[in-house]
Amino acid sequence: MKLSLKPQETFRDDYTYSNSDEAILRFPFPFPEDNYMYSVNMEPHVRGGASPVYNAVFDIDEHYVGDMADRAITLDQDPLRCQVLPHMETAEWDTLELLMENLANDYPEHFSLTKNGDEWHWINRPLDLDQKFTFGRAETLPFGPFEYITRQVQGDFSLQDQRDNNLYMDGGMVTSQADWSLNFDVGMSFHEWHGPVPLAHESGVFDRALQYLLRMQYGKPVRRLNWTMTANPRLDTSPENYPLWGPEKAAITPENVGHRMCLRVELQTLYRLPRSNAILFSIRGYLIRLEELAKVKKWAVRMHRVIRDLHPQIAEYKGLPRYRQYVVDYFAPHDDGRVLNSGIGPEQDNI
Amino acid sequence: MKLKIEAIGQLTSGIRKFTLAPVDGSPLPRAGAGSHVVLEIPGPNRVWKNAYSITSAADAPAYEIMVRRVEKSRGGSAWLHDHAKVGDMLEVSPPQNLFAPQRKAKRHLLLSAGIGITPFLSYLKLPGLAYEMHHCCKPEDEAAFRTLLPFGPQVTLHTSRNTLNLEALLKRQKLDTHLSVCGPESFMDVVLATAAHVGWPAAKVHKESFGGATGGEPFVAHLKRSGMTVNVGREESLLDVMEAVGLTPPCLCRGGACGECKLTVLDGVPAHHDHYLSETERAANNAIMICVSRAKTPELVLDF
Repeated sequence: MKLSLKPQETFRDDYTYSNSDEAILRFPFPFPEDNYMYSVNMEPHVRGGASPVYNAVFDIDEHYVGDMADRAITLDQDPLRCQVLPHMETAEWDTLELLMENLANDYPEHFSLTKNGDEWHWINRPLDLDQKFTFGRAETLPFGPFEYITRQVQGDFSLQDQRDNNLYMDGGMVTSQADWSLNFDVGMSFHEWHGPVPLAHESGVFDRALQYLLRMQYGKPVRRLNWTMTANPRLDTSPENYPLWGPEKAAITPENVGHRMCLRVELQTLYRLPRSNAILFSIRGYLIRLEELAKVKKWAVRMHRVIRDLHPQIAEYKGLPRYRQYVVDYFAPHDDGRVLNSGIGPEQDNI
Repeated sequence: MKLKIEAIGQLTSGIRKFTLAPVDGSPLPRAGAGSHVVLEIPGPNRVWKNAYSITSAADAPAYEIMVRRVEKSRGGSAWLHDHAKVGDMLEVSPPQNLFAPQRKAKRHLLLSAGIGITPFLSYLKLPGLAYEMHHCCKPEDEAAFRTLLPFGPQVTLHTSRNTLNLEALLKRQKLDTHLSVCGPESFMDVVLATAAHVGWPAAKVHKESFGGATGGEPFVAHLKRSGMTVNVGREESLLDVMEAVGLTPPCLCRGGACGECKLTVLDGVPAHHDHYLSETERAANNAIMICVSRAKTPELVLDF
C-alpha cells in the first residue's frame, strides 16, 4: 500500500501536528447519522468498507514516525504505560507475530519479515530498525515481545485473557488513551474496566458486547468506531498527566476552538490470538482539528447536529461540557439545513 | 480450506489417526492447545460436519487428529474409517478453541476416557505445563494409549473403574488446580457431579463441548413484501440465504448481539439463538434475529 510518511511532527508542547488533504479525506468520521447514541456497533473487520482506514489490517498513516516518537517519550517518563502479567507470555508472542506479519504484508516498502524456522529477521525502515531474533525466546529481543512490537505500531493495545466466561485486561501498551489508566485497570474484568461509561450498562450494551467477544473466532476479527474530543492534538491524555493537559482544555475560546479543538476517533479492532486464545484489542486513534474537519461539507453540517443534540450524560462523560457550545457555534454557519445521506463517507474527492 | 490427508495410522481397532496437510505447503492457521477443526465429510446423500480436536502442537506444519469409529454413526466417522485414503482432499474449517487451558491455573488435573484424550494431547505439548493426568480406556487399548503419553508418575492409565477413585482424587488436589475433563457424556457427567459434590467451584471445572451448533433443521422462509420464498439449509443462516438471492436485509455484527438484523415474524415460530432479544420478546415470538436464529416450525413468514 502506497504511503508517504511525514518525517516528524509533535503531539505535545508546540503541537506541529497537522493533516494533509489526503489524511483529511481518509479520516474515519464516526457519525453515520445526525444523532449519536451508544450501541453494539461491531462489524467484521474485513478489508475495505465505509472508510479507507479499513483497507489494511493495521492502518499505518502519514503520522507514523511522529506518533512512535511520542510513544517513546511517554514510556521513558512512565514505564507503567506498558505492562503484561506473567501468564500472558504466549499472548505476547501471538501479538508480535500478528503485527509483524500484517505490517510486512500491507506495507512491504516500509517493513519486511523473513523467517528461517524460529530465526526471524524484522526490518522497520521508517524507524531504522534491523532486528534478528528467535521467536519464542524473549532474551533475543531488546524488550519483551509485546512491548517490542507495540512500540512500532500506531494505537494503543490491550491484551485480554479469556477465562470464567469473562475477559480480563491482563496486559497493555497505553500511551494515547482518552483519559483512562492501564495501571489502574490492569487485571480488571470487562464490566469492571467499562465501569465509568454512562447509560450503556443499563441498556445492556456491555452484556451483549461481552457475549459477542467471548465467541470471537480466530481469523475473523471485528471492529467498531468510538469518539471523543481533545483540546490540541495531544496523544497522551492520560489521567496520570492530567495536570499537563487539563489546563489546555480550559484555554479553549471561541476564537481558537477551530484550530485547537480536535475530534478524536478510535478505530477499535479485536483479534482472537491462536496459541493463547487471548484477545488483542487495538485502539487506533485519529486526530483532526475542527478547522480541518470543516473542509468536508457533509462532516461540518453533521458535526453541528450531532454535538448540538448529544445526550447530556454522554457529553459529560466525554469531557465536552466546558466548550460544547463553542463547538456547536463553530459549525453552525455551515449548517444550511440540507438533508444529509446516512453513512460516514466524505462524499467529496477534493478539499 | 482444502487440506490433503498426508498420512493415516491405526491407533486401536476403533481409533484412526489422520495427518492433514496444506496442499501447497503454505503455513496452516495455528491451532492453540485445546482447538478443534470441523471436517466436511462427503457422503452419498449429504455432507457431514464433524468436529475433531487437534492433537498436534500449535506450530506443527500439519494438523493431527484422531477419529473414533462410532457404531451408530450418522456416517461421518464410518466414512473416515472405511473410505478415506492418503491423498484425499477434505474441506476443513479454520481451528476454533472452546477448550483452551486456563492460563492462570498453577496446576492442571486432566481426566479423560477413550477418544476424550485428544484435546489433552495438545495440552501435553505445552512446555512446562504442570499437570496430573488420568486416562480411562479398555484393557485391550492400553498399550496403544501408552504410546501417546509421556512416561512418569504424572500420568496414570486406568483400565477398570475400580482403580480410579474419583472422590479421593478430587479431594486431594491443591486449591489452585483446575480440572479439565473430556470423554463420553456419561463419563463427564459423573466427573462433574463428583467435583461439585466434594466442593469444587464451577469456575475451576472445564469440560469440552465442541460448541453449540450453528446450523439446525432446514426450514422455509416466506418473505412477504419481497414476494420471495427461500429454503434455509442445515448449515447456512437465514441471513446468508437472503443475501445469496440478492436481498439486502440490515445487518452488522453477524453474531446475534447488535440488533440490526431484527425482522418481524408474521407466522411460524422462531428458534432464538441470539443475545439481543429480551425474555419477553423471545416469548412473544414475533421477532427474529436473522443472522443466527432459525425456526421451530417448518415454515416462517417474515415481514421483509
